[in-house]
Amino acid sequence: MSRTILTNLFRFAILVFMQVFLLKNITLYNLSTPYLYIMFILLLPFEIPNIMLFALSFLLGLTIDAFYDTPGLHAASCVLLAFVRILFISITVQKDGFDNEPEPTLSVMGLRWFFTYALILTLAHHFFLFNLEVFRLSEIPYTLSRFVLSSIFTVFLMLLSGFLFYRRKERK
Amino acid sequence: MRNLLIFITKYNAFFLFLIFEISSLVIYIKYNSFQKATFISSTSKITGSLYTQVNGLSSYLALREVNDSLASENARLRNQLKTSFYVDTIAKRKVDDTIYKQQYTFIEAKVINNSVNRSNNYITINRGSKQGVAKGMGVICSSGLVGKVVFVGEHLSVVQSLLHKDSRFSAMLAKNKEIGYIEWSDDLDPHKGFLKDVSNNAQPTIGEGVVTSQYSLFPAGIPIGKVSNLHTKAGGFALNMEVKLAVNFSKLQYVDVVINKLAQEQAGLEAQQKKDE
Repeated sequence: MSRTILTNLFRFAILVFMQVFLLKNITLYNLSTPYLYIMFILLLPFEIPNIMLFALSFLLGLTIDAFYDTPGLHAASCVLLAFVRILFISITVQKDGFDNEPEPTLSVMGLRWFFTYALILTLAHHFFLFNLEVFRLSEIPYTLSRFVLSSIFTVFLMLLSGFLFYRRKERK
Repeated sequence: MRNLLIFITKYNAFFLFLIFEISSLVIYIKYNSFQKATFISSTSKITGSLYTQVNGLSSYLALREVNDSLASENARLRNQLKTSFYVDTIAKRKVDDTIYKQQYTFIEAKVINNSVNRSNNYITINRGSKQGVAKGMGVICSSGLVGKVVFVGEHLSVVQSLLHKDSRFSAMLAKNKEIGYIEWSDDLDPHKGFLKDVSNNAQPTIGEGVVTSQYSLFPAGIPIGKVSNLHTKAGGFALNMEVKLAVNFSKLQYVDVVINKLAQEQAGLEAQQKKDE
């Protein structure tokens, strides 16, 4: 239990740090910006209570907002992301039969499930984020292309880090 | 009551979602004046267009009265023309006493946080109210215009850079002094801006300089960029053109905050004038 908390605290710090000081400065052709920090919400354990999940998402969003000077923008997107996560997990995963609180990581759940999971959640988050940021219908084509290309970039980075920390203990 | 509680606990995810989502959106809208403005303007777009429709009809019905009043006003104004007076004095000679007083002072500052790749970009600088920075002051750098101070802390300030959807500064063509305003381009390119609402009489050439006008927060003549393309979509009676910005925002290191010593006086006078109207 305490091990899970420590891992997640560490992950929170590392992801925020990377997002704010490294990925914030990366933009491909003014179109593709990765938001890897949402991986923190994706990797929280299955057993986490809903209120905790929402509170953590909100907190993560506000932390990112503080660095990006956009109060509320990332918080709103992260809360939406948490809701989509609950829906997705309730549909695809049976609640019972977990041994020692597994997390929805690539190594536990396998590539196929993790890829779908990451893709759907990232798309939901980015769609909300980019449209809320621009808040104009007149720039829809540009916003949509930014949304799609950024999502691809983010999912790519997620898979990359998933394989980087791959541990062989696949769920039977 | 019990059923309600059971209902809420069963769908607790959804209710928690609503609570958190609404609170974050409240934060977002409260602190981003851009969204606030859009809320208001999108509603007033509908009401505004309705007003113009109705006004078009009623003004057509009142054409006769308007015509009469215009004719009488024309006659009155013609009486006041210089040509209808006999000049019996010679022109007075005017002597100007030229003691220059400094109107602008500058505070140098270092950029400590900067972004260029978002749709609203801000710059944080290491000078605040202790050093004399105040909200609304202009910010320039050695190569040209940077932006405007929006938040002031004790030791730090946040500058809304030109690369912001709301940024709009009075500007003019360097050669023939035609006034327009400068905005960031729609496609979020940090090297491109638009000079808009220049009068049709101007004949800009590609490569011509664009500088700040005397109506801005800045001293007149601070460079902004060079005209790079004349064939952008025109805005009716005015010319729009594309400007290659002089400042490389991604490499911004040191900036100067412009203090206009007469700004307060000007603002006070203009507020008074508004009250009189």
